[in-house]
Amino acid sequence: MIAALDITPTYYLVVAAALFTIGGVGLLVRRNTLVMFMCIELMLNAANLTFVTFAKALDDIGGQVIVFFTLVVAAAEVAVGLAIIVAIFRRRQDVTADDVSALRG
Amino acid sequence: MTVLAQALDAAVDTPRVDWLAIAPETVLFGAAVAIVLGRALARRRPLVDEASFLTALVGVVAAGVFTFVQWVVVDGDGPYQAIAGMVAVDGFAVFVRTVVLIATFLGLLLSAGYLRREGLEAPEYHALMLCSATGMMLMASANDLIVVFLALEILSIALYVLVAFDRRRVTSQEAGLKYFLLGSFSSAVLLYGIALVYGGTGTTNLTRIARFLAGTTLLEEGVLLTGLVLMLVGLGFKVAAAPFHMWAPDVYQGSPTPVVSFMGGATKAAAFAAILRVYAGAFELYRVDWRPAVWALAVLSLVVGSVAALVQTDVKRMLAYSSVAHAGYVLIGVQVGNEAGTTAALYYVMAYTLMVFGAFAVVTVVGRRGDRRHELADYRGLAGAQPVLAALLTLFLLAQAGVPLTGGFVAKLSVFDAAVDAGQYWLALVGMLAAAVSAFVYLRIVLAMYAPEDDGPAVAARPVRVDLAAAVALAIAAAGVLFLGLLPDVVLDFARDATQLLAAGGRAGA
Repeated sequence: MIAALDITPTYYLVVAAALFTIGGVGLLVRRNTLVMFMCIELMLNAANLTFVTFAKALDDIGGQVIVFFTLVVAAAEVAVGLAIIVAIFRRRQDVTADDVSALRG
Repeated sequence: MTVLAQALDAAVDTPRVDWLAIAPETVLFGAAVAIVLGRALARRRPLVDEASFLTALVGVVAAGVFTFVQWVVVDGDGPYQAIAGMVAVDGFAVFVRTVVLIATFLGLLLSAGYLRREGLEAPEYHALMLCSATGMMLMASANDLIVVFLALEILSIALYVLVAFDRRRVTSQEAGLKYFLLGSFSSAVLLYGIALVYGGTGTTNLTRIARFLAGTTLLEEGVLLTGLVLMLVGLGFKVAAAPFHMWAPDVYQGSPTPVVSFMGGATKAAAFAAILRVYAGAFELYRVDWRPAVWALAVLSLVVGSVAALVQTDVKRMLAYSSVAHAGYVLIGVQVGNEAGTTAALYYVMAYTLMVFGAFAVVTVVGRRGDRRHELADYRGLAGAQPVLAALLTLFLLAQAGVPLTGGFVAKLSVFDAAVDAGQYWLALVGMLAAAVSAFVYLRIVLAMYAPEDDGPAVAARPVRVDLAAAVALAIAAAGVLFLGLLPDVVLDFARDATQLLAAGGRAGA
């Protein structure tokens, strides 16, 4: 039954858009910095999925190559972001964004 | 052709690398690597600090020499594209690179004394600053959306660390975390925007995008337009344009002040370079679609920036909000979208870099050990104790307000001039009103400094020491601001040439 379903690029794009939205909304509503961090990763990977889908649809290798660059960038971001979070955690044993409020705003 | 076969084909055909095109970046990054290696290999700490500082300065100067060589080549043979069209070598790139290099050079000079004062001496600081500058330089010449993204990440990731560099101050780490979260968020939005533009046009190369748009009538533009909006949001975060400015006050307040003096101008220069190249360059045909969005960003930035600065009592926060307003002025130039607008935006970025560096440099010095005397009250009676510093800060603030004889005046004038010429009367009017409101903010600081001592406790009366490197940096910035105001034609002509060479490069499409 399922095999009859024709999966077009649109499906992938919709999934990517949904992932991106989940990531964006999650970043705005969640208060745990680690979860916020994961939301950013979700958004980056939604963009990756979009790139791969378009690369397949356009029959162009460029979009797939871009994904590798994005993965490297995401890894670098993780390294720096976790270092900052750990530095703060050492100080206060908690990583909830609401408690990080020595600065107004 | 299947994707795999295409990949095999592509593997044979590697692009020729034109080293001159990326020489300034290579030199800067090389200096950063040398510093990190030296730090790892050397044993004696004090020497390492000095050596890394000198290496960084030499790296910046060498990058400047290569940038000059590029300018000579571009001026003689015209702009060209290199490395499979990934980077463009044109007057525009050279101009923005010059701005970034000036900011980096001054930032390094200012940091030396600061790091010693705060006991933060670490070669990594210089290496990170050079890495960040590498990203900014690359962004200036990026001719492919992926290079824009990579350059943005190179400059941002180094900046996240720099902002959180002061390990012992909670505010610095908080600022780092906030900048990191919102910065990565904006990068992700930008990347998704790029993905959609790639889907809409079939390429990420700006020249090929322009050619595709010129030769094709899109029936379904939804994906492309969504991509354009998301990219503007992502880049808008980086230039701190309202309503994407929420990070700016916190980050400016919390991060080490020399870092702000460096990133305030240079990050904006790099991000505006990307905005101009993408929107005024590649998507010139879609002006009807993106101009209203940029118009809204400009107006919001001007209003929010100048009004919110009024109610602040922390000088760094005041300057942060005023930087939002300044982003608005540059956006006016972007919105106009023609040659005059781009020239005005470039000139504004140059002037702003010097003004904002100078202002934050004085704030660094006046902040004293601990980097926390930044309340307006701390500036009371500064003129009595430190007449030279007070005069310099006055100069930089008046320049930001747009007083004649300073670079800020010519910058604002050329932006408004371009807007009026293009028939954007409302935009120019909002800009002028915002300038009037901002002037009040700057005057508050100036009046506090020149307030008579009996008016209250003269907190600033205790003298501060200004080290030689910081004094040199301040002198250069002050001379630059005055030079831009008294002899604006030199830099205006440079900006105009830069714009024309950009336009030529965009159309020729090598």
